Amino acid sequence: MTAGSGVIPPRIEAVDEKPVSARKLKAQLRAQDAKTKLSSPWASGVAIILAILWSIPTLGLFITSFRPVEDLRDTGWWNWFTNFHVTLDNYEGALSTTNGGLGGFFLNTFVITIPAVIIPISLALLAAYAFAWIPFKGRNILFVAVFALQIVPIQVTLIPLQTIFVSLDLQNSFWPVWISHTIFGLPLAIFLLHNFMTEIPRSIIEAARVDGAGHVKIFFVVLMPLLIPAIAAFAIFQFLWVWNDLLVALVFAPSPNLKPLTAAVAELSGTKGTQWELLSSGAFISIIVPLIVFLSLQRYFVRGLLAGGVKG
Amino acid sequence: MDWFMSPTSAGEKLLVMVVAILIFVAIVGIILWAIDRPKIPNWVVVVGFLGPVTIALAGGLLYPAVGTVIRSFQKIQNVIGPDGKRILVNGKVTTEKVFGFDNYSRIFTEDGFQRVLLNTVAWVILVPLLATSFGLIYAVLVDRTRFEKAAKALVFLPMAISMVGASIIWKFVYDYRQAGTTQTGLANQLLVWLGLEPVQFLQADPWNTLFLIIVMVWIQAGFAMTVLSAAIKAVPDDIIEAAQLDGATGLKLFMRVTVPSIRPSVVVVLTTIAMGSLKAFDVVRTMTGGNFNTSVVANEFYTQTFRQGDAGQGIGAALAVILFIIIIPVIMYNVRQMRLSEEMR
Repeated sequence: MTAGSGVIPPRIEAVDEKPVSARKLKAQLRAQDAKTKLSSPWASGVAIILAILWSIPTLGLFITSFRPVEDLRDTGWWNWFTNFHVTLDNYEGALSTTNGGLGGFFLNTFVITIPAVIIPISLALLAAYAFAWIPFKGRNILFVAVFALQIVPIQVTLIPLQTIFVSLDLQNSFWPVWISHTIFGLPLAIFLLHNFMTEIPRSIIEAARVDGAGHVKIFFVVLMPLLIPAIAAFAIFQFLWVWNDLLVALVFAPSPNLKPLTAAVAELSGTKGTQWELLSSGAFISIIVPLIVFLSLQRYFVRGLLAGGVKG
Repeated sequence: MDWFMSPTSAGEKLLVMVVAILIFVAIVGIILWAIDRPKIPNWVVVVGFLGPVTIALAGGLLYPAVGTVIRSFQKIQNVIGPDGKRILVNGKVTTEKVFGFDNYSRIFTEDGFQRVLLNTVAWVILVPLLATSFGLIYAVLVDRTRFEKAAKALVFLPMAISMVGASIIWKFVYDYRQAGTTQTGLANQLLVWLGLEPVQFLQADPWNTLFLIIVMVWIQAGFAMTVLSAAIKAVPDDIIEAAQLDGATGLKLFMRVTVPSIRPSVVVVLTTIAMGSLKAFDVVRTMTGGNFNTSVVANEFYTQTFRQGDAGQGIGAALAVILFIIIIPVIMYNVRQMRLSEEMR
C-alpha cells in the first residue's frame, strides 16, 4: 500500500492537496531509499513470519473443520498435511437439526443484521445533515452531547431497556434487538457521517441553495453521491458489530426462534466443549460472511476506522 | 398479525425484516416530505431531522443509564419486624427496597468480586499495552516492504472474526489432553515437543487470565497496526530527512522522531482498545464462562443480572456503573489529547 492510496483519512488528504506528481515522486524516492537500507529485507522477513504466526490459530481450526472425526480425535491438525483426508461431514453435522441446526440461527443472524444496519444509517443521515448544514441555537451543545453518548457502556442500559421492551410486550420478537442495535449504533453513525459531511465544501451546498434547491433536494442530489464512501464505511462497521455481537443477542434474543449464530455457537462451546468437529465447523459457519464482507470491502472499513470513529 | 410479533417460519422472518426496514424508510420519507415545502420555519426542519434520533438516544441511552445508576444503590431485603424476625404475610416473606452503598461495598470487599476487579484491571492495562506495542512494531516492520498489503491483511483479519469465533479458535490452540497421550492443541503439542508436561491453560489460575488476554491481544493488534501504520505514513518526509541528516538512524530515529510524531494516534489506539476490553465479555464467557477465577466486570455483570435473577439486579447495576466510572477518565484523557493535537495542527 503506497502512501495516500485511500488509507489516509480525508482530513489529511485535504491538507495535502498539493500536486500529486510531487507526492508520487517522493514516494518513489522513499521506496528506493528503503530498498537500499540494510534492515529492509530483514524487516520484511520478520513481518511475513509474524503474519503467518498470526494466522496459524485460525488455519488450525479451519483445517480441523474439514477433517474426519476419527482423525481429529486422535491426532493434531498438523498431521493433516501428511495424512490428507477431507470431509464435509462436520459441516453437515453442524447444520443438521439434530445438533441444534445452525442453519436456522444463520437465518436469524441475517434477519437481525440487515435492518440493524439500514435503520441507524437512515436516521443518522437525517441528524448528521441537520448538525452539519442547518444552523440553529444549541447545535454545538447537542452535537457534543450525542458524541459523548458514545461512551455509555451498553451494559448500563440493558436492564431498563429490557423493562421497557417487556412493558411494550415486544420481548418475543426481533424488535428489541433491532431497536437496541440501532440505538447503540447511532452516536458513532452520526459522528462519522457528520465528519464526512463537513468535509464537503460549503460552496457546493450554497450554489445548490441559490439554484432554489430545498433541504431534500440538497440531501439526495448533492450530498448523497458524495457520502457513499462514508455510508459504506459505517455500514461495514455496523454490519461486523451486529453480526459478531453476543451481549445484545443473549439479553434480547434468548429464545431459539430469535437467537443468532454467535449465541448458538457460544452455547455449543459450553455444552459440546470437546466435540471439535461440530465446534470448528460451527465457528467457520459464523465467521464466513463477515470475513467475505471484510475482505471485499476492507478499503472502506479502514477509511472509516481512520476517520475518527472507532467502536470498542 | 402473529407473524409480525413472533415470526416462526423462515418466510415470516424475512417478511417482518422487510416490513421493519420499510417502516423506517417510510418514517424518513414522511419527515422529508413534510419538511420539503417553501417557507417552513427553521425549527420545524430541525425537529424533523433531529427528532427521531433525539427520542432514540434519550429513551434508549440516557434514560436507561440514569435508571441503572439509581438501581445500583438499591437493594431488596426482607422486612424485619420489631421482634427482629421477618414479617410473613400469607406465609410469604415481605420485602422492601432500601437505598445505600451496600452493592458497592459488597463488590469492593467480597473476595470473589475483588478477584473480578483485579482481573479487569489486568485486562484494561495489558491488552492495550501488548496490542499497541505489537501493532506499532509490526507497522514499522511492514512499512514499505513488498508484501505489505497481504501481511497487513493477515494480521488485521481477526478484527472481522467474532470474539466468539476467536475464542473457539484459541480454545482449540489451548486444548489439553493428559500427558502421554497425543495432543491435539497446538500450544500443548509445542510444550511436549520441547520435552515439557502439557498444561491445562484455561484452568491454571492465575495464569489462565493471561492466556485469555492473549486472545484479546490477537484480536485487537490488527486494529492498532492499521491506525498506527497510517499515522507513520503521514509523518512528513522532511522531518525524517532532517533527522537523518542529523545522524539519527534506526532505533534512535524511531524513538526520537517517529514515536513523538505519532503520539496522538498512539493515545487514541491505547484508549480505544482499553475501552473495548473493559466492556467485552465474549472471550471470557466463551472460553471459561468466568470459571477458574477468570471473570471480569463485564462478564460478572451479565452473570449477576441475567443468570442470578432478580436478587442480583442491584449488584448487576452497580457493576455496570463501575464499568462506566472506569471509562470516564480514560475518555477524558483521550479528548484532552485530541484537543492538544488539534491545537498543534
